[in-house]
Amino acid sequence: MSSGNSTGSPPGPLPRRAFLRLGLAGLAAAAVGGVAAAAARAGERRTHVWQLDPGKCVQCGRCETACVLTPSAVKAVHAYDLCGYCRLCGGYHHPQARSIDSAAENQLCPTGAIRRTFVEDPFFEYTIVEDRCIGCAVCVKGCAMFGNGSLFLQVRHDRCVNCNDCAIARVCPADAFRRVPVDAPYLLKGDAR
Amino acid sequence: MRPRATRPAAGARRGTLALALLAVGALPGVPTAAANVQRFPRPDFTSGYTPPTLTTPAPRAFGLEVLDVALLAAALVLAGHLALRRRSRKGLLALTVACLAYFGFVRQGCVCPIGSIQNVALAFGDAGFAVPLTVVAFFALPLLFALFHGRTFCAAVCPLGAIQEVVVWRPRKLPPWLNQTLGTIPWVYLGVALLFAATATDFLVCRWDPFVGFFRFGAPLPMALFGAGLLVLGLFVGRPYCRFLCPYGALLRVFSRLSRRHVTITPGSCIQCRLCENACPYDAIRKPADLAPPEPPARGARRLAILLAAAPLVALAAAGTGAAFGAGLSRANRDVALALELHGAEADNGAAPSLEREAFFTSGLPEGPLFDRARVVQRTFAAGGALLGGALGLMASAKLLGLSVWRSRTDYEPDRAHCVSCARCFSACPVKPEPKT
Repeated sequence: MSSGNSTGSPPGPLPRRAFLRLGLAGLAAAAVGGVAAAAARAGERRTHVWQLDPGKCVQCGRCETACVLTPSAVKAVHAYDLCGYCRLCGGYHHPQARSIDSAAENQLCPTGAIRRTFVEDPFFEYTIVEDRCIGCAVCVKGCAMFGNGSLFLQVRHDRCVNCNDCAIARVCPADAFRRVPVDAPYLLKGDAR
Repeated sequence: MRPRATRPAAGARRGTLALALLAVGALPGVPTAAANVQRFPRPDFTSGYTPPTLTTPAPRAFGLEVLDVALLAAALVLAGHLALRRRSRKGLLALTVACLAYFGFVRQGCVCPIGSIQNVALAFGDAGFAVPLTVVAFFALPLLFALFHGRTFCAAVCPLGAIQEVVVWRPRKLPPWLNQTLGTIPWVYLGVALLFAATATDFLVCRWDPFVGFFRFGAPLPMALFGAGLLVLGLFVGRPYCRFLCPYGALLRVFSRLSRRHVTITPGSCIQCRLCENACPYDAIRKPADLAPPEPPARGARRLAILLAAAPLVALAAAGTGAAFGAGLSRANRDVALALELHGAEADNGAAPSLEREAFFTSGLPEGPLFDRARVVQRTFAAGGALLGGALGLMASAKLLGLSVWRSRTDYEPDRAHCVSCARCFSACPVKPEPKT
């Protein structure tokens, strides 16, 4: 069967089959247009990105494993203005630390991603080395339990590929992940909030 | 003003305090979600130290998202031009590789039209979720182009299609019954994926995307094996994902059937030389069929009558099955799962509480709204399952009817629904294009 739109067809009314096809195609185009328009209906049209609410986070450790990226796009971040700059840091030192120093065996972080630098007696600054951080939230848990909660997790948007459906959001037990507008992409603690 | 505790005199005292807190914190039952306790005051630095500020790297710029849409549109225009006007397999292959590189490896496979179905579905299911216009464009553009050019999106633009397109090595023909049967899976997948997306349960199509792991150089082991398995299968059975799984492909089939123009195997008129018969790796070439039907008309009419009479029954049975399945599937929803667990917890079955349950108790939220939400989701799943089952039942009947009706065909021509316009068959045709008049 040669369809009616071949170049050699005589001019005149459309063959029935071609007419039917044209009508159905118009209907299909209208359907796509309608669905698209309805989906993009009034409301917030801004692009959204994924972020986690540190107020809801329970430090379960799934951010490390569930992200489609390895290492995870979720990293620990530090709200310095909340930090007590403690010599013994609940987020840095292992609970069974034998001495309060930066020896590897006394550190809580499995990858040594927190840098401890002396500021002035008796204060120490704790900085996340982001390239080493795997987002396991061990330090966040320690800081939340024993400290001020100045360490917390955030999706880092220079790493996040902004999946259609965030793989961590799906398994987050605390429902802490949500889509946030792209122009306010962080849910911070401390003064920056 | 932040509440300030008493100021400790020296670091030693600070350490002791922290150690004491360590001991307290080791007791069970200390809530860890409420982490905003200012246990230690902000130090007053005397050495002129200024604390660093928290960096907040910006997400991808909106302009780049728009650029993606523009590139998608440009690639679709180019694919249509290469397939229909230039009839260039080489050109299409080059475009395939380029799109695989950009939409696949650079953009890491997200957002893609296949997954965008779910964003659109979620926009209907959740009034609070507005789909970004760029995602709507990703959803609509390939479908609209299919109305004019056929499945040129599949031919050269889709990164999932591209990765399979380049591994086709020794394609085998599948028996028609198998091809047709497996070809119904995408409809089931599409229906289930829509149901899961509309209830904000899961984006199944994204999670089970077999190739996105390659684009990101990392995937959970089962998905990596699934993807590798499909690629190995793809050496011998052309494009297994596109033909037997892709839910967007199912939509494109319908749109391509209605397309205004579509690739033709021959640039002129078919001379029935049969050279193209084995050129298609995707079993999408229809052979000429005899003018006379192979059976007496009365028999065909009787079969049609039986099929027509059975259609409503099949649809009803399928709807019932769908409703039952839907109710079971609703357990995949997090609210339903948590509600069921909390409900079961009242009976105290002795199972260890899940993280979700603990987190829910820690949050201190009431159970009522959760149970209400879960009930709504369960009802949606049951109703959606029934609808989906009914629709699939009707489609199965329509398929059988379509197979049962005899249509004569004189030429070799592409099956508009299943042809992905890959242009492989062009080189098999010995007919030269007719000179333009």
